[in-house]
Amino acid sequence: MAEARGLLERRHEPWITLPSFLWLVLLFMVPAAIVFAIAFKPSDPFGGIGAGWTLQTLRSLGDPNYPAILWRTIWLSVATTAACLLLATPTAYFMARTSASVRPLLVLAVIVPFWTSFLVRIFAWKVVLHPEGIVKHALAALHLVPQDGSLLYHSGAVLLVLVYTELPFAILPLFAAAEKFDFRLLEAARDLGAGPLRTFWSVFLPGIRRGLLTATLVTLIPALGSYVVPDLVGGPTSEMLGNKIAQRTFMDRNLPHASALSALLALAVLVPSAFAITLARGKRGDGTGGAA
Amino acid sequence: MSDFIQFENVSRQYGNVRAVDDVSLGIRKGEFFSLLGPSGCGKTTLLRMLAGFERPDTGRVLLDGVDITELPPERRKVNTIFQNYALFPHLSVRQNIAFGPTVARRPRREVDEEVDKMLALIQMRDHADKRIDQISGGQKQRVAIARALINKPAVLLLDEPLAALDLKLRQRMLIELDMVHDQVGITFVFVTHDQGEAMSLADRVAVMNAGHIEQIGRPVEIYETPQTSFVAAFIGDSNFFEGVVEEVTDVEHVKLAIEGFSALRAFNDKGLAKGDRVFLSVRPEKIRISRDEPHAGPDYNIARAVVDDVIYLGTHTLFWLRSGDYRLAVEQQHNRFVLDELPIRWKDEVWLQWHVDDGFMLERYAESDEALMGIPPQRVGEGDPAPAANERG
Ligand SMILES: Nc1ncnc2c1ncn2[C@@H]1O[C@H](COP(=O)(O)OP(=O)(O)O)[C@@H](O)[C@H]1O
Ligand SMILES: [Mg+2]
Repeated sequence: MAEARGLLERRHEPWITLPSFLWLVLLFMVPAAIVFAIAFKPSDPFGGIGAGWTLQTLRSLGDPNYPAILWRTIWLSVATTAACLLLATPTAYFMARTSASVRPLLVLAVIVPFWTSFLVRIFAWKVVLHPEGIVKHALAALHLVPQDGSLLYHSGAVLLVLVYTELPFAILPLFAAAEKFDFRLLEAARDLGAGPLRTFWSVFLPGIRRGLLTATLVTLIPALGSYVVPDLVGGPTSEMLGNKIAQRTFMDRNLPHASALSALLALAVLVPSAFAITLARGKRGDGTGGAA
Repeated sequence: MSDFIQFENVSRQYGNVRAVDDVSLGIRKGEFFSLLGPSGCGKTTLLRMLAGFERPDTGRVLLDGVDITELPPERRKVNTIFQNYALFPHLSVRQNIAFGPTVARRPRREVDEEVDKMLALIQMRDHADKRIDQISGGQKQRVAIARALINKPAVLLLDEPLAALDLKLRQRMLIELDMVHDQVGITFVFVTHDQGEAMSLADRVAVMNAGHIEQIGRPVEIYETPQTSFVAAFIGDSNFFEGVVEEVTDVEHVKLAIEGFSALRAFNDKGLAKGDRVFLSVRPEKIRISRDEPHAGPDYNIARAVVDDVIYLGTHTLFWLRSGDYRLAVEQQHNRFVLDELPIRWKDEVWLQWHVDDGFMLERYAESDEALMGIPPQRVGEGDPAPAANERG
């Protein structure tokens, strides 16, 4: 019976998945291909796209500023992701361990910030970190920052606010995984001689590895593409690739150049994703995935 | 006391539930000890205090003379077989078994050797690299046992390890557990609500009820000389008569006044005195049933009864009888002339007879015990007694 149904499903599979396949092709792959193609077009003086093909734009990626910006984009994104995982994993653990009646409230608390506009929340950070703001004065009074220092307009501020914006996206998939985790396994590990840390590392983390993978992707990818946060709380020394793409598009009106940068970023996103997906596949291959 | 494991006045409260209520208990070295009681009576809580997952509110737990009350589970030489086995789903059979020694930082080669030995012991060498969701329930239990025993614990704790298995497998694993215990010779503490499991495996049994221990003893002691009415009703079946001590006839026996019966005598091992209100408990298989009036010796009680129901069960026949106000269960073994005898049928009037030493007097049980045990009302008219409810399972 089950086999027959499987066969039936397999025969109909192309038809069933056709709509989503078309959606994917029309709205993601075609635009991505167009962006890649435009990178090989000349720009015209009116902000449009010229005729013919050229490698001129790609050569302009040799701008000596770009390697530093690309590198900063990558390390800020990786640091954001790492900080989010570090904060979100224990949070998810404790959320999953609280009584079932309190849990929805905690989930709500994680989601509530989304009800306020993203821009408003980032402006709020500007107020909080303002040179004349209360946090700055408090830290200065404790001699933790110099009196004339600034909490804003550098990579530190960008990192802080990026972690703030991405954290809920890391918590939710980790919580979903932790909620399904069988906490009796932790007792079994303790029973077999593992201390609390070893138990967390060797039993809990492998148990929620799916959630860890999802959390990594959903924080790393948006962080790589971010430009509003560095634009608002960052300074000239903390520009990310997203800022450059915005500048090329809106200020220079050089679409081919913006496209080339986008393509570069897209590759920076695709490579780690492909890597992660391959990793997950490999795991599923030896049977791990079936347990989920 | 030279007991290997000692609970000293241990209590644990959850909210207003006294899960464990002032329990003192000694378990001997190498013993197969069973904690037996209905669901919710505190068995698991007591076991978890020995494993280190639960701290008692009061009292101490000692292992080999050392106070381990405050020791975390990873520092106790105690391992547990959990009810659901709690095998690690992200590890293979081999890696599960190797978990303990690996965590203990034993050399890799040594660990591999030990694991191979364990795999051989549980006959799972061919399944060593399978994942946990690829093996059967019985195999899971064996892996759980190997994973625990490889650490050479001083005590192995088993929390209803057979509950998840079907009947056939349960019987096989029962034998396997017994063999494992004989092989490794360490102390086993086995928690179960199934009297059959406890009786067949354990050297000694502690019967628990509502957080306290009712009786500790060898299975045969628990069955033949129950000390409380709870034990009498929970272990096997029993007929209970309500009565009052009328006269202490000699050092060992009393005469009871029980409505509807004349001059019943019973064994007095608890030093009861005239006027005490008691239950007289008589096991169904201790009563003999006959058509003709039996010889009334001084050592036998005799009563008349009417047959309500006859249930032929192959190895024996179960009779439900009505005698005075009581509904009684009587089990009769068959002899080889069973087909030639005139059978006893529904509505027949019969004679009952039992030895005075087979009747035990017990304190009257509390209402709460009745609810816990689902003791069917023995007296006709107190609710509708469904005969099957008391049938041995
Ligand atoms: N963690 C807990 N929180 C609250 N009540 C509990 C907890 N653990 C056990 N109990 C209560 O304690 C009593 C004894 O439970 P338990 O030891 O699991 O019994 P058993 O193993 O004999 O079925 C039960 O009434 C149970 O509801
Ligand atoms: Mg239990």
